[in-house]
Amino acid sequence: MSGDHVKRDVTDDQDAHEDRRLIGLVSTGALRVLAALAGAEFRRYLTYRQATVAGAFTNTVFGFMRCYILLSVADVTGQVAGYNPGQLVTFVWVGQGLLAVVNYWGQQELPERVRSGQVVSDLLRPVDLMAGFVAADTGRAAHAMLTRFVVPVAVGLLAFDFYLPQHAVTYLLFAVSVVLAVQVCSACRYLVALTSFWLLDIRGAQMVWVVASGAGSGLYFPLPVLPDWLVTVLWVGTPFPSLLQAPLDVLVERGGIGHGLVLIAGQVAWLVVLVGLGRIVQRRALRRLVVQGG
Amino acid sequence: MASPYRKLLVAQVRSQTQYRVSFGLDLFFSTVLTGLDLATVWVLFTVNDSLGGFAGRDVLLMVGIAAFAFPAADLAVGSVERLRVYVRTGLFDAVLLRPLSTLWQLVAMDFAPRRVGRVVQGTAIYVVALAFAPVQWSVPVAVLVVLAPLAGAVFFGALFVAGATVAFWWIDSGEIANAFTYGGRDMTSYPMTVFGGLFRRVFAYGMGFAFVAYLPALAMLGHSDPLGTPDWLRWCSPLTSLVVAALAAWFWRTGVRHYRSTGS
Repeated sequence: MSGDHVKRDVTDDQDAHEDRRLIGLVSTGALRVLAALAGAEFRRYLTYRQATVAGAFTNTVFGFMRCYILLSVADVTGQVAGYNPGQLVTFVWVGQGLLAVVNYWGQQELPERVRSGQVVSDLLRPVDLMAGFVAADTGRAAHAMLTRFVVPVAVGLLAFDFYLPQHAVTYLLFAVSVVLAVQVCSACRYLVALTSFWLLDIRGAQMVWVVASGAGSGLYFPLPVLPDWLVTVLWVGTPFPSLLQAPLDVLVERGGIGHGLVLIAGQVAWLVVLVGLGRIVQRRALRRLVVQGG
Repeated sequence: MASPYRKLLVAQVRSQTQYRVSFGLDLFFSTVLTGLDLATVWVLFTVNDSLGGFAGRDVLLMVGIAAFAFPAADLAVGSVERLRVYVRTGLFDAVLLRPLSTLWQLVAMDFAPRRVGRVVQGTAIYVVALAFAPVQWSVPVAVLVVLAPLAGAVFFGALFVAGATVAFWWIDSGEIANAFTYGGRDMTSYPMTVFGGLFRRVFAYGMGFAFVAYLPALAMLGHSDPLGTPDWLRWCSPLTSLVVAALAAWFWRTGVRHYRSTGS
């Protein structure tokens, strides 16, 4: 009985927020709050210096390993699935750098807050749960770009021969594609976090995400190594290639600038779908929320 | 003496199976995850139908040993990774106060039953590999077939413990340990011939990753190491694992003595 009461209160409250936010979303005030959230997260990660050094070290070790493995495969015929050795080197090392920026496997804080009930204080704030999540993640990604991305790429550049883009515009397209990859990943991870409203313990859902995102995004090997039909299914049917394979293909100019633009359009489409899905699931999740023990 | 550990273990298993859907998904997908490592090796193998100059059945044997060794170590002592939480919160004080071994307490307190699936799967892969690979059976080879995966598990277990121990000095160092544990798992599934340069010298031979799967597999297959290590070294994986385990145990004791608790 009292559980019902709390549930209704939170839902009504959230609906009220929703209305206010729809008007406020475009206002500069809301943007300022989100920018402040992103900045706070950026500064928070600045204080995790040990973790940053440790993470960059690990990405670098994995970079050496994956790079040698792919180069050894390319040794036989001089290429792998249309990537020449230089492109493979760029693919592996920039991929290792982006891994922390796109942040597939970061710790999720929201599920623990749902389990403990603390999420209520998040919902009372005049910031949309999802917008706050994505803004904070953007701040984190910016920090990772300046630290975790730079180290493995620099080491890779010293130790191996990179394929460098032939057109200057490729760098711009790569930057756009990375920003989109970060946003798509945020949206995906938000959906994973939302399952905590139903399951309370997200380890299972998190594991599904880790398996699917790792295998489907080109982290372990460039996706074109797989059979064509499977590659098509992954690109069209899942957001995973948008996380890593897309920015990397843009950078090594696979299929030229035109193909790069198509990949970016695909990322935009996935972002729209995932944000829409996130809104729907969030609405349902908040209706389910029962704060225990209150 | 064993009974307090058993109680801790049973309590962990019970608590983690409370959220049934989540536990089921976790068990299933963490099992799939090991399959994924295998799939990666297979996908890269199919590009040229060889890997580092080795045929598929030879590579499968290396994968098989690694596919058992790592999950077994992860199941047995992988939960020691949580040490950094105990050090940061000062909860390690409580661990030290109890009249039980610190290391085994940690292992029992965070035991993760979902990792059982991977061990079962790894064992299956190893058995299939033994059936398909052209193993030159003899008594010493049969002994090695049994000992090599266990030695590999001890090797990875020692790495887990050593990696976690760093947290006594450096709390956020978890990722560095990952480079050697998860990185080592990936590396040991491949023939060492695919790696090159200083990297191979340091990781494969200097740190001993070649001893986990590559060298024992060569001994089972009756091949010499194309990279030129002496033949007798191929039989030494149980020995190197004991050395690594002894080093890890010494490091752990040093770390525990260095522990200063927390708070103001």
